Amino acid sequence: MSFSGLGEVVMNTKVGPEHFLMRVYVPQLTKLAKPGRFVHIRCSSGMDPLLRRPISLHGIDYGKGTISLLYQVVGTGTRMLAEMSPGDGIDLMGPLGNGFTIPDGINKALVVGGGIGVAPLFPLVQSLKHYGIEQTVLLGARSAAFVIGREQLESLGVKVKIATDDGSFGYQGFVTGLAEDVIPAAKPDYFFACGPYPMLKGLISLTKGFGLSGQVSLEEYMGCGVGACLACVCKNRTGGGTEQPASAGGFEYKKVCTDGPVFEASEVILDD
Amino acid sequence: MTNPADNLTDRQAGSQGVNLSVNLGGLQMKNPVTTASGTFGFGPEYAPYVDLNRLGAITVKGTTLEPRKGNPTPRIAETPAGILNCIGLQNPGVDHFIREDLPYLRNYDTPVIVNIAGNSLDDYAEVTRRLSGAQGVSALEVNISCPNVKQGGMVFGTDCMMAAEVIRVVRENTTLPLIAKLSPNVTDIVEIAGRVAEAGADALALINTLLGMKIDIRSRKPFLGNIMGGLSGPAIRPVAVRMVWQAAQAVRLPILGMGGIMNAEDAIEFILAGATAVAVGTANFVNPAATMDIITGIQQYMRDNGITDINDLVGAAWK
Ligand SMILES: Cc1cc2nc3c(=O)[nH]c(=O)nc-3n(C[C@H](O)[C@H](O)[C@H](O)COP(=O)(O)OP(=O)(O)OC[C@H]3O[C@@H](n4cnc5c(N)ncnc54)[C@H](O)[C@@H]3O)c2cc1C
Ligand SMILES: Cc1cc2nc3c(=O)[nH]c(=O)nc-3n(C[C@H](O)[C@H](O)[C@H](O)COP(=O)(O)O)c2cc1C
Ligand code: FES
Repeated sequence: MSFSGLGEVVMNTKVGPEHFLMRVYVPQLTKLAKPGRFVHIRCSSGMDPLLRRPISLHGIDYGKGTISLLYQVVGTGTRMLAEMSPGDGIDLMGPLGNGFTIPDGINKALVVGGGIGVAPLFPLVQSLKHYGIEQTVLLGARSAAFVIGREQLESLGVKVKIATDDGSFGYQGFVTGLAEDVIPAAKPDYFFACGPYPMLKGLISLTKGFGLSGQVSLEEYMGCGVGACLACVCKNRTGGGTEQPASAGGFEYKKVCTDGPVFEASEVILDD
Repeated sequence: MTNPADNLTDRQAGSQGVNLSVNLGGLQMKNPVTTASGTFGFGPEYAPYVDLNRLGAITVKGTTLEPRKGNPTPRIAETPAGILNCIGLQNPGVDHFIREDLPYLRNYDTPVIVNIAGNSLDDYAEVTRRLSGAQGVSALEVNISCPNVKQGGMVFGTDCMMAAEVIRVVRENTTLPLIAKLSPNVTDIVEIAGRVAEAGADALALINTLLGMKIDIRSRKPFLGNIMGGLSGPAIRPVAVRMVWQAAQAVRLPILGMGGIMNAEDAIEFILAGATAVAVGTANFVNPAATMDIITGIQQYMRDNGITDINDLVGAAWK
């Protein structure tokens, strides 16, 4: 099941240089929410932008019937979101997609977020904590100002390490470099990640070297968000078991919106 | 979200003698609204938002003889009031469709229009034969106009003789209502409409997407994975209305009109131009219940204007 209709904005505040945190009261959607799933938002009531915008669930409050969204203003749609005020109605569909699954038997998780990719990791970190799984969270950002959510994560009592491209905070360099330093000492037995493709690509090859399996959350341009239009596909290695000869060419296209956005890291093929 | 009150209005409308049912070249529809191929999957994707029983018909994703992988990404780009897509006919192939997707659709009291495409006349013939033998297929919509596939659609769709040849081959292999879906990327829509009518089509569907492209000024390269894509959405509506208007007056076949229909007003515009039925495509992405709202809106328009039979509106702008 999935909800489609209006929620009510209860809060929308600036939390970073280009970042906003919005809380929406929408109980019918909230009760189906799960870490890693997303909502598909109609930002304009007019024709531009025409398509909805996918935004991950960043916070889920089942008791209050609210979800929160952490988003970065990068274009017209997200700018329109930033202009909304408490009391406004917001048109959303969801929750959509498959979220993170926490495999049985894991004890120590490595959680890696790059840029705005940190957004869907919050509810995951909370779930991991709930299950008593130890975790190290690595956040990568352009510069100190772009590090979002460190305090909130630390207040949950998890270890957070930061990498910035310019070295203005924490490790200087990409978060994959930081991960390479951290993995031998932290000895995680599983990882979860969300971020830009080059980061995910680097992380997948790095973790493979350490024999570490995990899950990654992908992004693609979306149309419908419900698996109908085949716009949002990504290359996937599975094929064993499916009868689609598509896999004969070494990959098959899977839909980020309904087969994902979270995939097994070993399955995904990220092109350059 | 199915609203029981909507079903009620259907029945009330019926009891007031408002007729919404139409006949599209032998395909009986309880109302004139179907989905545009490729925008509605195989049906179940939208079942949480739409009462599939309320649709006049369900038109499914383009189906080919063999599975198609489709084009590389990005497959979609936005333009003002429109979208460009280059999905490339990704589909699991006709046999998979018949085995895995069609049974679900048989649960609904709604006719199924299967959109077909091919690379060769033999492909079209074979797909037609397989679908004609399958239980639950109500009509075939022949895509001779998909601009995304290198060897296929465009060649057939823009060449009158080839377009007619495809329709003739499909006709020879089926008794199902045959809807010829035309490409707008032609110099003379009337000529091609006439040729496919002669070749045995029972109805015309127009329009498919308009060929377009977008260039990313940062990378200085084409944005779409397939370089070019098909433009759909409100941006193409005036072109579509014009082509329906021309084809309807030139050819004695019922027309399934589409191209940028977002609401009931748009749908009525197509009907007035000469469309017997309409298909809703891109609008589903914007409002997943668009088809339901359009059916309700058409009924409302008829009541407000004292129209008792939808068929009286077909082509009323020129009749
Ligand atoms: C499943 C999913 C979850 C997401 N969750 C979040 C989230 O929690 N917070 C958040 O801030 N963003 C998230 N995004 C990205 C967000 O959807 C885009 O930033 C947004 O659609 C941009 O819309 P816009 O109109 O503001 O920008 P546009 O004007 O459409 O684009 C501005 C720039 O962003 C790029 N862009 C736009 N959409 C995408 C996309 N889908 N993938 C990659 N690049 C894109 C464009 O190429 C362009 O450079 C998510 C995307 C997906 C697919
Ligand atoms: C994502 C997408 C996929 C499509 N796939 C097909 C297809 O497989 N076969 C076909 O005949 N038309 C296809 N079309 C064209 C639509 O059926 C329709 O003709 C066109 O989009 C115009 O209608 P609209 O503006 O309401 O979307 C597709 C359109 C879109 C947007
Ligand atoms: S966005 Fe349409 S299939 Fe994923």
